[in-house]
Amino acid sequence: MLRKKECVAMLLAGGQGSRLYALTSNIAKPAVCFGAKYRIIDFPLSNCINSGIDTVGVLTQYQPLVLNEYVGNGQPWDLDRTFGGVHILSPYEAKTDTSWYKGTANAIYQNIRFIKMYDPEYVLILSGDHIYKMDYDKMLEAHKAAGAACTIACMQVPMKEASRFGILNTNPDGSIYEFEEKPKQPKSDLASMGIYIFTASKLYKYLELDEKDPKSEKDFGKNVLPAMLNAGEKMYSYRFEGYWKDVGTISSLWEANMDLLGDAPKFDLRDTQRVIHSRSPLAPPAYVEGEVINSMIANGCEIEGTVINSVIGTNCVIEKGATVKDCVLMGNTVVKSGAKVNYSIIDEEVTIGKKTTVGDVIEKASKLEGKTSGIAVLGRGITVSDGASVPAGEIIDKNV
Amino acid sequence: MASTVGVIFSSTNDENVPELTKVRSKGSIPYGGRYRLVDFALSCMVNSGITTVGMITKNNYQSLMDHLGSGKEWDLARKEGGLILLPPYSDETEMLYRNRLEGLKGSSAFLRKCKEDFVVVADSDAVYKIDYSKVIEQHAKTNADLTLVYHEHECGEVNSYMMFETDKNEKIVSVDVNQPSSGVRKHYINVFVARTSYLLNLIQTAIARGYSSFSGDIVMPAAKSGNIYGYKYEGYYQNIDSLSSYFKANMDLLDKDIRSQLFGDRDIYTKVNDAPPAKFAESAKVVNSLIHDGCLIEGTVENCILFRGVKVGKGTTLKNCIIMSENFIGDDCNLSYVVSDKDVSVSNGTTLAGCKQKPYFINKGTQI
Repeated sequence: MLRKKECVAMLLAGGQGSRLYALTSNIAKPAVCFGAKYRIIDFPLSNCINSGIDTVGVLTQYQPLVLNEYVGNGQPWDLDRTFGGVHILSPYEAKTDTSWYKGTANAIYQNIRFIKMYDPEYVLILSGDHIYKMDYDKMLEAHKAAGAACTIACMQVPMKEASRFGILNTNPDGSIYEFEEKPKQPKSDLASMGIYIFTASKLYKYLELDEKDPKSEKDFGKNVLPAMLNAGEKMYSYRFEGYWKDVGTISSLWEANMDLLGDAPKFDLRDTQRVIHSRSPLAPPAYVEGEVINSMIANGCEIEGTVINSVIGTNCVIEKGATVKDCVLMGNTVVKSGAKVNYSIIDEEVTIGKKTTVGDVIEKASKLEGKTSGIAVLGRGITVSDGASVPAGEIIDKNV
Repeated sequence: MASTVGVIFSSTNDENVPELTKVRSKGSIPYGGRYRLVDFALSCMVNSGITTVGMITKNNYQSLMDHLGSGKEWDLARKEGGLILLPPYSDETEMLYRNRLEGLKGSSAFLRKCKEDFVVVADSDAVYKIDYSKVIEQHAKTNADLTLVYHEHECGEVNSYMMFETDKNEKIVSVDVNQPSSGVRKHYINVFVARTSYLLNLIQTAIARGYSSFSGDIVMPAAKSGNIYGYKYEGYYQNIDSLSSYFKANMDLLDKDIRSQLFGDRDIYTKVNDAPPAKFAESAKVVNSLIHDGCLIEGTVENCILFRGVKVGKGTTLKNCIIMSENFIGDDCNLSYVVSDKDVSVSNGTTLAGCKQKPYFINKGTQI
């Protein structure tokens, strides 16, 4: 008997994430740390396994080392399978036409052979830059019930932000009659979440057509979806209600981390219904001696200083007399005594010297404009030497 | 390192800690916020380059199996060797093994198949971190029949059933078994090394002659006439032979030096569980404590070890407590010197207190 899978997921993880600046200098966006012990890719991967999808292709391109190491054989997500499981798909050399992935659609096109190995009826396209919990199976049920060629997950966004997204204009039955990529004057507030389910045969057909079109940018949102709509294919929207956050910018990444805090957090990682899995590092429980208020602390930390309204990743050391407030520390970072760290995102393996000042108090710094909205950012492996200071809103990717 | 196989007793003298071994074997006693006692012997073997480990089980070993799984967390899920469970061996008499020698008999089929030259046999009754390859090295150099690992400390601090004296070459010259003693002595820590072939012969002889005691029938006579050496282990050591020594072993982890000695290199492996990071509310106050992922702290926690997923309610104070995983401690409680086993729920306003020598123990799954 030939074996097959009903649905295969393809996760687009090749993006550079240039608006995260120093945080993505050496790693791909989906590998960026989130919520003290996770990486962004944990969310789509966990959603897949929690939705019964056990075959996932992860398309990498930009700085894939950390991401490849992290995903490994997929065991932390129960995605190490004899048939199926998680597979890293990087651009490859072919007899003719060797090329990088030229766009989201081209990336999938180049891996059609991978998809066909599993002979699926449906293909789920995901991106690796969103924080959310979603049951893709429900979306698949809706796709099947509607007999659609393509179903696009969407959610309501504030009308004034709608022009940042791909906007779906729909009929009352949820079918889509128009698709506008980042419209200046949006007609609706239904934004595409970048999550698509295609009936596999339709996907193959339109990817091949798009590939032959020299004018196409090889992008799902700009080219493939409009082409399908023009050809009269049945396309449906799928309304998602729940927490969903694009963490493509410094300020949205900071906000998403803060959404985990509080008595009634906007996004609750403690909900045991849908566990987010991760490659949990091996570390003893956190040792806490100092003042820790409204914060999240991962294993392996040694906290002897003060931590307020912050998310502190695995194996961080906050020395006595140091203060960390309104910050995200991604992990393996040392904050030495007397240091004052405010309103900052600190990448992994950073050393913050004695009596340094990093960032400014949130009340002042958050009024600043600029690339990071006043959040100070320290890149991976940076050392801030004793007594130095990093002003609010600065992005640091060299030692200071 | 010379090729070596490991054998671990997961269940020895369980009756010394009846509270904790009621639902599990000694080796699977939870420790230090996330570990099980067996993690120490097992991780040390792996870190010493041992890739084949036989695990001798006895009673109640479901929780041990659940913890060990395929052995992948220790890199012991292998095609060649790896972690091999050796369930209780019973012969015609259909009795569980009564002593160490009978226990080893059950492992002789496993040992006969091993090609390794040396064997390390260790209990999982203590917290320590040792490099077994150094013991093997000394064993090979001295050409000993057996090398017994010892730790020097004051009598009475940590009890042991066998103490001995060694000469300047570490050769064992006299042995005391179950005798009261005082002062600093060399205490056997239930780890020995032998050549695999020697151990197999020894097991056979022991069965043939009806030996029942490793210390009395083998070590004592050998010390008089034989070729048996001690190896001095100098790191942290605490065996678990009572609830109070269990309590001490846990509280020792609040000492930075001991913590870094055991876990500084992050190479004590254990089963991984995906819990979200620990959350501290506005009202949280935490002093000198270990807090595992998955905890939610709304009250005051002082000098405590909290395992995974413990919830501490508002207005509650925990002092000098060991709270195992998935405990729910309600609001306005007051607990001091309490050891609470897994899955316990304590309702609002409860006060419970024990003392250092005799902590108040709460059974697994209790509702108070």
